[in-house]
Amino acid sequence: MGRKLDPAGKARRGPGRKARKQRGAEQELRRFLPPDPEDSPRKLSSHVRRRAAKRRIKSARLPAGKTTLALRESAAPGESLPKGAKKQAALQDGRLGGFSDISTWLTPSSAEKRPRPKESEQDAFSGSEELEGPRESDGEDGSDDGMVDDYGALSSGDEEELLPIEQAAQKQKEQDMSEEESEEEEEEEEPRKHDEAQETDLQLNVEAGERFLLPSGQEVEKEAAEPPDLQLIHQRIKDNIEVLQDFGTKREEGRSRQEYLTLLRQDLAAYYSYSDFLIGKVMELFSLSELVDFLESNEVSRPVTLRTNTLKTRRRDLAQALINRGVNLDPLGKWSKTGLVVYDSSVPIGATPEYLAGQYMLQGASSLLPVMALAPQENERILDMCCAPGGKTSYIAQLMKNTGLILANDSNEERLRSVVGNLHRLGVTNTVVSHCDGRQFPKVLGGFDRVLLDAPCSGTGVISKDPTIKANKDEKDILRCAHLQKELILSAIDSVNAASETGGYIVYCTCSVMVEENEWVVDYALKKRNVRLVPTGLDFGKEGFARFRERRFHPSLKSTRRFYPHTHNMDGFFVAKLKKFSNAIPKVPQDEEPTEEPGVPSAREESAPVAAAVPLSTGGKQEERLQGVKKQAAKRGFSALTAAKTELRGESKVKKQKKRVLVVQRGSFQAQSRLAKASWSSPGGRRTQAVSSRQRRAPQSCP
Amino acid sequence: MRPLTEEETRALFEKLARYVGENLQLLVDRPDGAYCFRLHKDRVYYLSERILKLATNIPRENLVALGTCFGKFTKTQKFRLHITALDYLAPYAKYKVWVKPGAEQSFLYGNHILKSGLGRITESTAQYQGVVVYSMADVPLGFGVAAKSTQECRKVDPMAIVVFHQADIGEYIRHEETLT
Repeated sequence: MGRKLDPAGKARRGPGRKARKQRGAEQELRRFLPPDPEDSPRKLSSHVRRRAAKRRIKSARLPAGKTTLALRESAAPGESLPKGAKKQAALQDGRLGGFSDISTWLTPSSAEKRPRPKESEQDAFSGSEELEGPRESDGEDGSDDGMVDDYGALSSGDEEELLPIEQAAQKQKEQDMSEEESEEEEEEEEPRKHDEAQETDLQLNVEAGERFLLPSGQEVEKEAAEPPDLQLIHQRIKDNIEVLQDFGTKREEGRSRQEYLTLLRQDLAAYYSYSDFLIGKVMELFSLSELVDFLESNEVSRPVTLRTNTLKTRRRDLAQALINRGVNLDPLGKWSKTGLVVYDSSVPIGATPEYLAGQYMLQGASSLLPVMALAPQENERILDMCCAPGGKTSYIAQLMKNTGLILANDSNEERLRSVVGNLHRLGVTNTVVSHCDGRQFPKVLGGFDRVLLDAPCSGTGVISKDPTIKANKDEKDILRCAHLQKELILSAIDSVNAASETGGYIVYCTCSVMVEENEWVVDYALKKRNVRLVPTGLDFGKEGFARFRERRFHPSLKSTRRFYPHTHNMDGFFVAKLKKFSNAIPKVPQDEEPTEEPGVPSAREESAPVAAAVPLSTGGKQEERLQGVKKQAAKRGFSALTAAKTELRGESKVKKQKKRVLVVQRGSFQAQSRLAKASWSSPGGRRTQAVSSRQRRAPQSCP
Repeated sequence: MRPLTEEETRALFEKLARYVGENLQLLVDRPDGAYCFRLHKDRVYYLSERILKLATNIPRENLVALGTCFGKFTKTQKFRLHITALDYLAPYAKYKVWVKPGAEQSFLYGNHILKSGLGRITESTAQYQGVVVYSMADVPLGFGVAAKSTQECRKVDPMAIVVFHQADIGEYIRHEETLT
């Protein structure tokens, strides 16, 4: 078998010298071919001609709108092609630009059940090539393009290079496809309508049926004695949520929403075997509709994803090599140029020769995100504070093309062994690995351009990986994590050089979904250091919370990103990107070190208006009061209780009067806080300490 | 962390020269900046001077690894190459052996290469010459020592050993904890 003649004349890029096709014969031949293949129609067999005629007649009958819709879909060249090709084709259509949520793999269900291609795809192609040459070869190009976009290799360039003959073929193909699709659609239309009608009927029947009632006291007792009946609980959860979503009409008379919620909480904890504390936290975090989705998705594992090591290979070559080993995979999504999703595999994916040769790293999709947010540049100094097992570190090195410096640190020496192994396997040479405590960091070494802080956390986003989290974590664990994270984020910020020309960025991420470990920590850092939040550069994911229950965070926390297992089909994750704008550390009086105050912001709310209102009130004891105010202003993250005490000491006599003043002055206070908010929105400049701290406090206290 | 002594340098270079021959020169004088060898906890690391400067700031007991680990000195002051050096050996190797896809797996489990698994071998390889082992797709898999010269390889029976195994990339999984 010699080389096949390829009229497109594109030299294939591939591995090794032998595999690479050389330019030559095609170019030579094109000179002798007639110049205008566009006008001359393809030779069709009689059967094909008959079918085409039929199609044309049918399509003429169809309304115009439907045809265009079908046309769009038809850009995908048939069912036999891999998904990648479809996506690429869709991109060529120009309706999808940039990253987006709608990438098909992101939906949890689809990821599990993708049928394996029937045979080797190559074979399928070469078999039908004689019949419809240009069309099939085009399809093949599409599938290749899906893989081609490594870093550095341009896929857009390929599209521009389309020869006129290719364009013509593509047009032809699109037309054909649209006709076929519309044909099918028409046939399907009728039964679908019928089905829908039936379904609504069914639902009406349900509605007319019995209502969900809360179990009586006897029932509860009886149930407590018996082992839990999961089926019953599952049904009850479903009914309960249904009632809660339409509480006004479906509720049982005389029962409060609270009762329903308590039952739901108990049932969820029993059914999914969560601790009571954790289920409460999760219920706070998600709406009812999302809640079950989240819990369900924690029961199924995420798809295996891997990242191509562009230091050693390209994604297309790797994908080809793995497909030859019997691995069924797809590009990860439009947002990643190096990721691949593995659907199933006949070989252990963590022990293939390609893996051992360092061509890829097994890595969750979510852990690509913080590095993309960090966006390391070549020749920078970068610190990865908690690096084990080295996936993100090697991705950083890969984006920097092995230039510059990376300091990979982790406090656990055992875990560093895998870091060293992975870095060497992946051919990363610009890294120093150390095991210092992250909290000592600016002392060990500072002046980095960027810092990635993948903080140790409770791991509530990765319950699918480690189900013990469900039962083990309690309030204390979360707060202990949060405390450590706050210490770490401050030392991370301190080790960045704000004057860096290219950098000055900190990326903070955790694999937890708890607000205490995410927004709260970042908000704390915003108050403590001269940093501001900047967009992460990730166009999907949910916005972080700027307010959560009783807590009020800085409004810019909206630019952080949250990722959930049920919406994005990756581990629960949080990413925040901070920019340091000054190396100076705002001074805090030593004697009033901040104390941990997890859950008392409501008390804080009371005290703050007092502080704001005091200067406006009149009276002889102004000096004393002013002192109290200053003290309060200087204190950040102070305990509300002590605040109240100083308040008491300062002005026990004018207490009643002050309350009255408070009520009167509310209006002016609100105006003031609005002013403060306005100045909040651009925390670029540096202010004097007293002013800035008061401004920072004010919007918190005014919901 | 310290520079190598005279003897250590000789031991290291002698070992490296078995695989890369005079190409060793290219490893020491690089056009893209100064590179050097450093000894840290009996391990020899190959790194650029820029990284060296950063690494000097880190306390010795906290430093785990830097640059690329080439191997270690045994207690008897012999130098032993690690698989982590493969990235630098493979491009400069003078003598190469390619194994057939079927024998790939066997080699990656730490076995010697038999004649039956031998795909290609560089012409004029001498006996006991250091060789780098590749898969047929030109992926470096490890290194070893030729048990037979190229001439002898043609005659021996299929089950005879042609390359003694020294290190292979399977060690990244098998011996992760002893790599550095």
